[in-house]
Amino acid sequence: MTDMALETQIATRHDLLKSKSLKRFRTGDTIFRNLTRGAAVLVLVLLGGVIVSLIHGSLPAFHAFGFSFLTTQSWNPVTEVFGAAAPIYGTLVTSLIALLIAVPVGIGIAIFLTELCPMALRRPIGVAIELLAGIPSIIYGIWGLFVFAPFMQEYIQPALIGSLGAIPGIGTLFAGPPYGIGTLTAGLILAIMVLPFVTAISRDVFETVPAVLKESAYGLGCTTWEVVRNIVIPYTRVGVIGGVMLGLGRALGETMAVTFVIGNAHRISGSILAPGTTISATIANEFTEAVGDIYTSSLIALGLILFVITFIVLAAARLMLMRLDAKAGR
Amino acid sequence: MIPKDPMIPEIPMTMESPMTMPATPDAALREKITIRDLKFYYGTSLALKGISLPLYDRKVTAFIGPSGCGKSTLLRVLNRMYDLYPGQHAEGEVLFDGANVLAPDQDRNLLRSRIGMVFQKPTPFPMSIYDNIAFGIRLYEHLPKAEMDGRVETALRRAAIWNEVKDKLGSSGLGLSGGQQQRLCIARTVAIKPEVILFDEPCSALDPISTAKIEELIDELSSDYTIAIVTHNMQQAARVSSQTAFMYLGELVEFGVTSQMFTAPSDKRTQDYITGRFG
Amino acid sequence: MSYYPARRRSNNLWMSLSVAAAGFGLLWLVLILATLLFKGFAGLSLAVFTEMTPPPGSAGGLLNPIAGSIIMTVIGVVIGTPIGMLAGTYMAEYGRTSKLTLVVRFINDILLSAPSIVIGLFVYTVMVAQMGHFSGLAGAVSLAILVIPVVVRTTEDMLNLVPNTLREAGAALGMPRSLVIRHIAYKAASAGLVTGVLLAIARVSGETAPLLFTSLNNQFWSTNLNAPMASLPVVIFQFALSPYKDWQALAWTGALIITFSVLTLSIMARLIVAKGKTR
Repeated sequence: MTDMALETQIATRHDLLKSKSLKRFRTGDTIFRNLTRGAAVLVLVLLGGVIVSLIHGSLPAFHAFGFSFLTTQSWNPVTEVFGAAAPIYGTLVTSLIALLIAVPVGIGIAIFLTELCPMALRRPIGVAIELLAGIPSIIYGIWGLFVFAPFMQEYIQPALIGSLGAIPGIGTLFAGPPYGIGTLTAGLILAIMVLPFVTAISRDVFETVPAVLKESAYGLGCTTWEVVRNIVIPYTRVGVIGGVMLGLGRALGETMAVTFVIGNAHRISGSILAPGTTISATIANEFTEAVGDIYTSSLIALGLILFVITFIVLAAARLMLMRLDAKAGR
Repeated sequence: MIPKDPMIPEIPMTMESPMTMPATPDAALREKITIRDLKFYYGTSLALKGISLPLYDRKVTAFIGPSGCGKSTLLRVLNRMYDLYPGQHAEGEVLFDGANVLAPDQDRNLLRSRIGMVFQKPTPFPMSIYDNIAFGIRLYEHLPKAEMDGRVETALRRAAIWNEVKDKLGSSGLGLSGGQQQRLCIARTVAIKPEVILFDEPCSALDPISTAKIEELIDELSSDYTIAIVTHNMQQAARVSSQTAFMYLGELVEFGVTSQMFTAPSDKRTQDYITGRFG
Repeated sequence: MSYYPARRRSNNLWMSLSVAAAGFGLLWLVLILATLLFKGFAGLSLAVFTEMTPPPGSAGGLLNPIAGSIIMTVIGVVIGTPIGMLAGTYMAEYGRTSKLTLVVRFINDILLSAPSIVIGLFVYTVMVAQMGHFSGLAGAVSLAILVIPVVVRTTEDMLNLVPNTLREAGAALGMPRSLVIRHIAYKAASAGLVTGVLLAIARVSGETAPLLFTSLNNQFWSTNLNAPMASLPVVIFQFALSPYKDWQALAWTGALIITFSVLTLSIMARLIVAKGKTR
């Protein structure tokens, strides 16, 4: 019986300790839960803060120029008349050039990696491409300025002017002297930069195609191209478009790779060989030297425009990729 | 372990509850857990359709039935494991020493420290063998090193794995074989001194030799703990349990003494299942 | 069967184009790296790591920008990692099905690829403009804002890979949720979490745009967070665009150092993941 009494005593002590621990657990749990929740909310606050601060900062410019800020080409720090037309144009054109090249090439590489490449090479090449996606953009910029631009000036641009420049109509796109730097060069550098992104995403997306689906097509006697054309691409279309939009988002907002080679000229030129500017290049080049509230505000307004454009593009991309994920049942 | 005579009188519990003390002729059977009209919902679909049965103190109760009959669900209600997932809820009463487990103010951590659980697949934590055991103990008790070592050793011995791991307590629990991992998990559960242990198909991922070891272990543990085991293996149920519950489509079809159930089931469906006609 | 030759021709054509695309794409990337090695190695010497940035026309090194980059990256990671990890933890553990998680995931994915120069503008308006001067701290904060989405994403993904059975096993011992997360889920996902942080470091250590008007630049040795601070990318930007040959050479060397560091970090991150998988 004494054994039992002792056991009961121990049990009560044990219970007492337990109740103490439990109280500590409850507070600890509540604190940690709220901490994580707070951090999650902070992510939203950050984005909200970015938008609010950009709107606030760009108000003076929009007050001064109104809607015409978007359509004016002039960018004159002396008279303090600013318009965003040239940078917006440059941003869109360089991104367009980049996508025109990077998308087919990127998808081609993805097809190569998922369908053709020998197994032993798949991983190394795949990893190499993912690694290249991580190289800082300033590297692309410095290479563009010292290696690629002279090469363009020496060979590509004279050839383009000589051949395509003579054709009426599209000839204006290739008019003017070969500067080396300019819109086309910037677009090409951007293309090389977003290529790894497009490739990596397309490959990931292609890999979501169930093997049975491809095998049954091969089983019908389809060639590789027919399988890609009729099975892989239709199955992954939404995802590929999402990936392309992500690449576009990158290209639109890319700063350093472009700033080096775009030429920084605030005008809209018919020729893609001529120097131009983009939103991010303008901000990068001029922000620290901007004097006067209107000048600074105009640059922030450019940032706001860039943010709105990329937000729309990225949001669309994410929605598409989410749809593909839902389809894959993930 | 000396096998305990089931007729030895019970030690009175600290928490006295007259309503669960049945004055039945079979005085050795005390209801440790009483389930009354338990309904369980996954979202809106009803998975348990009003279950009532007791789990007797220091006895092994086996739950058998075809897949999807709700036996694992029932187990997960007892320690309120379902609370981890939104959209699942239970109705009815689960009396544990007289207190309703399903009460909203029930502290789940306390409950789970009193009702341990061993899972289908071994779930060693990503830490050393020693820490796998000590971790649970540290939750509720702050012990000096020597005492902790003793507790860990006792737990590992209790789970019949001490001899296999005593020389590598510092190495990762993930390096053990499946059967050893499962016994480690049992040791971990035993270490925090629960009153009830729930086994959710503990041997379904193990080889026959490991299975035999675990079954032996369950038998030994039943002298100190109230045990509920879900199993797909009818021989196992017959071997380890004293009571058996047969469930089918969310309902309790039959509940009774194991030997009787396997020799003379009273329900046609039980008979069909036991003889392998479906399931 | 008569179509077959045509089908084969078309297949060969498209497949050759695909191989050509691979060759073409990889060619540029190889060219860039080759130039980088060629031009960067020429300037690599001990002086690069021991001397300050020189005025044009004299010799010098990159010590102050290297130090500045390290300081700001470390502070940025130290600020950004806990926030990102906590937010990712909420999304994967507490609010896996909540609306907030959906919204945060969407917004986070947008922040992940938002133009970094806009983040620079944001920090300029809320910090630099308010404080009245450029500072290393502002640079670190803008890097932290870039770190957060990377860490949020990997934390959520990695915690989602932790099997639920492990969480249940923790809960079954009476462990409160917060302890299950901190001691079991984090541990099980540790390789992935470290990878996320490494990737975040790789991402921000080459960032130029957000530093241009937050930390600005500093020709001299400075560890004062309240003053402008040099960083490798900004110095490369400034030196590369200068007309001075020796500055340009230093820019190439700096570019090589950055690329090498970023690649090392990415490869390390990959190795950690690969090691975690084989375990």
